[in-house]
Amino acid sequence: MSYSAKVDVMLKDGIADPQGQTIEKALPALGLTGVSEVRVGKSIVLEIDAPDRDEAYSRVMEMCDRLLANPVIEKFEVTIA
Amino acid sequence: MSVRAGIVLFPGSNCEQDCARALGSLGAETRIVWHQEKELSDVDIVVLPGGFAHGDYLRTGALARFSPIMEAVCAHARSGGLVIGICNGFQILCEAGLLPGALRRNVNLKFLCKWTSAYVDNSTTPFTSRAGAGRSLRLPINHFEGNWYCEAAELEDLRASGRLVLRYAENPNGSLGDVAGVCNEDFNVLGLMPHPERACEALLGSEDGAVLLGSMLDHVGAGIRSVPV
Repeated sequence: MSYSAKVDVMLKDGIADPQGQTIEKALPALGLTGVSEVRVGKSIVLEIDAPDRDEAYSRVMEMCDRLLANPVIEKFEVTIA
Repeated sequence: MSVRAGIVLFPGSNCEQDCARALGSLGAETRIVWHQEKELSDVDIVVLPGGFAHGDYLRTGALARFSPIMEAVCAHARSGGLVIGICNGFQILCEAGLLPGALRRNVNLKFLCKWTSAYVDNSTTPFTSRAGAGRSLRLPINHFEGNWYCEAAELEDLRASGRLVLRYAENPNGSLGDVAGVCNEDFNVLGLMPHPERACEALLGSEDGAVLLGSMLDHVGAGIRSVPV
């Protein structure tokens, strides 16, 4: 089976996100107010061959642990479609 | 016999010639080592130079860690050999787990290219023996991701054990604890954001970089290894 996986990588809570802060400051300039807690992350999508969904999930988790995220500063979420 | 330095060239490195020139002027024999090579047993010092290894894709240093040469770099470090990572090289050493912490985007989201002053907070390492403790070094920085970070408890451990070797006089990038350079537990691996290789000639505005690079040559020349081989 081929599964579609999506990995969302974000800076850990409590780690300052200068990109998010800059966007937060820019939005009111467009008249878009009431925005707070803007955080910027990245999404990685991939197709993976695996016998079942659980195996697909654990393989993508391993990819995150070993390459896709840096555990010192980043957290991640894996979604298998 | 002169000290031999291997300078690793990744696709996207751009400071390897500067490192070779600076180390050569201090009396070292230098060799540029392509990242696909697997052997470093002929060198005393390994340099991971600045640049944008593997395009800095995904995260700075994240892909360079998997270059074939990195196994030899880790083995060299494990055996007590000196390894210095400058700028992008620092980022690679953190990603490879040879140094603690990680380098984040600068706080002001600005690419910084300027002179800085960094204090030597520990002058007993193989990288800083030519500096007196507390000496300030004038060195250039040139980076987008120099904002070093680690967990608070680890920061205290690193400080207490003297591993936060270099500290900015005026923090340019948000780096935790004003850290400009950090050592591993055995003090034979150093990562730093400032570029000592660009400050080894009076014509370039400073010769303070030679304090750091020259200390390494002294260390090897004296036949000292911080870890028994």
